[in-house]
Amino acid sequence: MRNIITIVRKEFAQFFRDKANIRMLLVMPVIQLLILPLAADYEVKNIKLALIDHDHSPGVNQMIQKITSSGYIHLVAYESDYKDALRLFEQDKADIMIEVPPQFEENLIRNNEASISVSVNAVNGARASIGGQYLQKILQDYNMDIRLKWIQFPRFNPIPLVQVESAYWFNPHMNYKQFMVPGILVILLTMVGANMSALNFVKEKELGTIEQINVSPIQKHEFIIGKLIPFWIMGQVVLSIGLLIAYLVYGVVPVGNIGLIYLFSSFYLLVVLAFGLLISTFVQTQQQTMLVSFFFMMIFILLSGLYTMIDSMPAWAQMITKLDPIAYFVRVNRMVIMKGSGLSDILPDIGIMICMASALISWAVWNYHKRS
Amino acid sequence: MFAITCKGISKSYVNKKQTTKALRDINLEVNSSELFGLIGPDGAGKTSLMRILATLILADIGIATVDGSDVVRDFELIRKKIGYMPGRFSLYQDLSVAENLEFYASVFNTTVNENYELIRDIYVQIEPFKNRRAGALSGGMKQKLALSCALIHRPKVLFLDEPTTGVDAVSRIEFWEMLKRLQAKGMTIFVSTPYMDEASLCDRIALIQNGRLLAVESPANIRSEFAGQLWSVRSKNMSRLMKDLKEWAIASSAFSFGDSIHLSIKGQRISASDINNYLSVFGHQQIEAQQIEASVEDCFMQLMSNE
Repeated sequence: MRNIITIVRKEFAQFFRDKANIRMLLVMPVIQLLILPLAADYEVKNIKLALIDHDHSPGVNQMIQKITSSGYIHLVAYESDYKDALRLFEQDKADIMIEVPPQFEENLIRNNEASISVSVNAVNGARASIGGQYLQKILQDYNMDIRLKWIQFPRFNPIPLVQVESAYWFNPHMNYKQFMVPGILVILLTMVGANMSALNFVKEKELGTIEQINVSPIQKHEFIIGKLIPFWIMGQVVLSIGLLIAYLVYGVVPVGNIGLIYLFSSFYLLVVLAFGLLISTFVQTQQQTMLVSFFFMMIFILLSGLYTMIDSMPAWAQMITKLDPIAYFVRVNRMVIMKGSGLSDILPDIGIMICMASALISWAVWNYHKRS
Repeated sequence: MFAITCKGISKSYVNKKQTTKALRDINLEVNSSELFGLIGPDGAGKTSLMRILATLILADIGIATVDGSDVVRDFELIRKKIGYMPGRFSLYQDLSVAENLEFYASVFNTTVNENYELIRDIYVQIEPFKNRRAGALSGGMKQKLALSCALIHRPKVLFLDEPTTGVDAVSRIEFWEMLKRLQAKGMTIFVSTPYMDEASLCDRIALIQNGRLLAVESPANIRSEFAGQLWSVRSKNMSRLMKDLKEWAIASSAFSFGDSIHLSIKGQRISASDINNYLSVFGHQQIEAQQIEASVEDCFMQLMSNE
């Protein structure tokens, strides 16, 4: 116990000796939380539309007005030649191309139907599908409008009108920040925790200071625990800073008990720190550490469900996410912050964190040899 | 009781398919309160032996004890009673001098005050800089701090791995004086060095080369066991001189030593005029030849060529 305190004190002394460390600890979460939630926005805006009009009728005009009045789609070009529009399309100056054939309005009135061609640039898949959906919805509305205007209705409504009204629970305004902030908090904590602990340990190897520790009577579990505690505390500090920014900047207030977030992060940090330690027992230099931890971070973050839904991943990828600690915390954080889930809802996740932490710490202790 | 014993210690490193034999059948006994030097060139196996004794690595075979405890079985006990100073400065560079010392005192369950008397001689020299970061100290100061930290728990046996490598001549002399004072307090000191001139400062030395001990003796005994005559020879053209001496049939070896060439003659006694006569034939001028006492380095070279 006394040895552990000695190590903890040494770690803190070393940490606060370097002003860059403190700046990193305080500034990094602030900047990340200020930039990422605003940038990682799924709302598709500014869809650029190129129109090829061979008809030049008021009907087309009406349709375009309908489309652009939504605010999501802007008309960037009004061409009369398909080739001109295609060029814009190819230069990425237009996302959607609508070609209106000659006699569009005439056909519409006379034959009750007319066709237009819609092409969507699918290089950016998300943008294409969402933009296409917007457009389809608008065109449907437009369709309905003219039918209502021009068609003589029989006694009963010939078109069965089932209107779908959606209500968005837990995030009624579909505010992406509400959704992203809890997730980005987790990434922050993970980066700080895993990198700091891994780098710290490897630094001792690289500078040879571990030699002096190895010949001392300090037990290896004392050494490892003594190293984990300072970073565990710093992780909680980063989390608190993050929660504060979430409240001050984005107005995100946890619906559930904030204590639950700290409870979960206590175990989560153990997993992350132990993971960092484990990496450090396998590598020799800080450079290798960064590369290895970057590799795992990349996979963990992309599979965490922060940016893409886990439910829509293929089954094998979903299996991998079961081993991804970030995925658990992202989910728990969203549950507690957005839905107000209680302790019983997150207990299974806490259980999994405890298992992961014990496995990783044992592995790290086992793999760290005081002598070879 | 011996402070250190080694019996049949061997160690090899396997790197891919290549096996490097670092130590071969090392047998050694170091007396209590002895200043013992392990002397040999780089790569001879000094650090490996030191690390086995400091319980950092395991020997492949053989038994070693430190202060009566087995290095394999009682390693935890040994770690409490030895001080080890690795060849590379390995204290925390971002902690201050005082913080480093306090940290190591605390690690060994003691305090700086408790053993201050032991390190006072050394520590007073760095005390003016006690709030300076260890990384910002000069080489000699780092050395003194490292020694203070290795001593802070009053070890029974002190292991110093090349403590004077890269240290200036004045600091080296000072350092050896400090070791002498520690020895006077009853400490056993096991020190390795590549510098042959430091050998004479030890009570006994072990000469090591290619993982094998060539001799374990007092420096005086080693010097007296030099076989044959040793001459220090100089002339105007030193590179030619070297070649010509090497080709001399009665010369057993010739190697450059400082600004002269040490020539050893085995099996017969010659005089300075014999050397003069031999060299004049090759046209050497300003020939100086002087018979000298063998130094440890000369003995080392002789032992090495006998291997």
